[in-house]
Amino acid sequence: MTQNDTGGNIPALRTDRLGRRYGRVWGLRNCTLEVPAGVIAGLVGPNGAGKTTLLEMIIGLLQPTEGQLSVFGETSHAPMAARLAQVGYVAQDHPLYRDFSVGDMFHLGRAMNPSWDQKLALARTDALDIPLKRKVKSLSGGQRAQVSLTMALAKRAPLLVLDEPVSSLDPVARLEFMREVMAAAAGTGLTVIIASHVVSELERFCDWLIVLTGGHVQLAGPADNLIAAHRLLTVPRATTDAELPGLPVHRTDSDRHSSVLVRADPGRRAVQERPGWQADPVGFEQLVMAYLQRPSKSAARDDTAQAAARPGPNTKAVTR
Amino acid sequence: MFRFRLDGSSGVPPYLQLVHQVRQSLLLGYLEEGDRLPTVKDVAADLAINPNTVVKAYRQLEHEGLAGGRPGQGTFITATSSTALPEEQQVLRASLEEWLRAAEEAGLDEEAVTALIAVARQDMKKEKV
Repeated sequence: MTQNDTGGNIPALRTDRLGRRYGRVWGLRNCTLEVPAGVIAGLVGPNGAGKTTLLEMIIGLLQPTEGQLSVFGETSHAPMAARLAQVGYVAQDHPLYRDFSVGDMFHLGRAMNPSWDQKLALARTDALDIPLKRKVKSLSGGQRAQVSLTMALAKRAPLLVLDEPVSSLDPVARLEFMREVMAAAAGTGLTVIIASHVVSELERFCDWLIVLTGGHVQLAGPADNLIAAHRLLTVPRATTDAELPGLPVHRTDSDRHSSVLVRADPGRRAVQERPGWQADPVGFEQLVMAYLQRPSKSAARDDTAQAAARPGPNTKAVTR
Repeated sequence: MFRFRLDGSSGVPPYLQLVHQVRQSLLLGYLEEGDRLPTVKDVAADLAINPNTVVKAYRQLEHEGLAGGRPGQGTFITATSSTALPEEQQVLRASLEEWLRAAEEAGLDEEAVTALIAVARQDMKKEKV
């Protein structure tokens, strides 16, 4: 069962210098990204970084002010119906009609989506023990989230967009929700973009990573490659930034030594030349946190972020 | 059926955790040649983990000769506990056991042993530089 037969070469998402302005303020600017089909991409950034702006442009709720965006090859200028059929969306607050029953919601979904898969919707609610006659307002938060996810999955769209889907849920409901998402992605070729603040949880969900701050892309690419492309240097405290190899992504100073996150290649060379310096591999969370804490102004001019954002030779999605 | 677990705070990448668990279970006899590993979808749903990560772990196991895929049937263990631990490692393990006994006699607890290993490893790294 393959949901997207669009061929291996058309990315699920491609943006080119995409920007959106609200009055005088840019919510997102100069955003150039590619997300291949079949990956699960984590979108991370502080509040106001432009995550929701990007997601709303992807699902067609917002028009770009400048630049290009395409979802499975359909650009933002394509007819709305063609674009909407490509994307399933679960919003943060799981908006459903409170007075509708679960069955009514599915009826609505069926009427609005030509590709609606009623069998899938019924099988999922049955497996989750959610009665079809139950009104939305009397469902638990976890159940409501599951119904929202079911609505998005039954649409049979090749791209699933989740905006902070578990932020309102308790830990058990969170886990159950994400188990369903991962099971839905397994073996179907479904591409998922998930925005989340919970960096520590993202490593197990994502094989693709996008870090946004201040409306700019700081880091984007296959998570494994990005991790491998960085090192954590331990250097004497007196070392100035100018002595460090390349531009440090993030620096933490202790009394006697400093920890500096740098790109791997110059980092390795520096350690060979400077006795006493040590380079260690970096973890997923460390990497994301370092980029999140970096001042956003440096993003546009800094070649380290640009190099990291450029997809390497190893960026093809894992085929299943 | 074998079930994986995942420690989110260990710092070990998830796919490596899966690989380690299979290797360790083989050594301990919890997994034997011919056992079937759970499907990618089952592991993804069980652990709430990216299915691509499970695929990567299974590929690594195949690469190491510990497991193999049979088309349409799943992934099966193809190694025995002795192949999981090659001969040279068995020799190393024997001398490690001897060393650990000596450490215990010297009054070192588990924490002290771990610290000693970390320090020794650190020194070796420095020598290399």
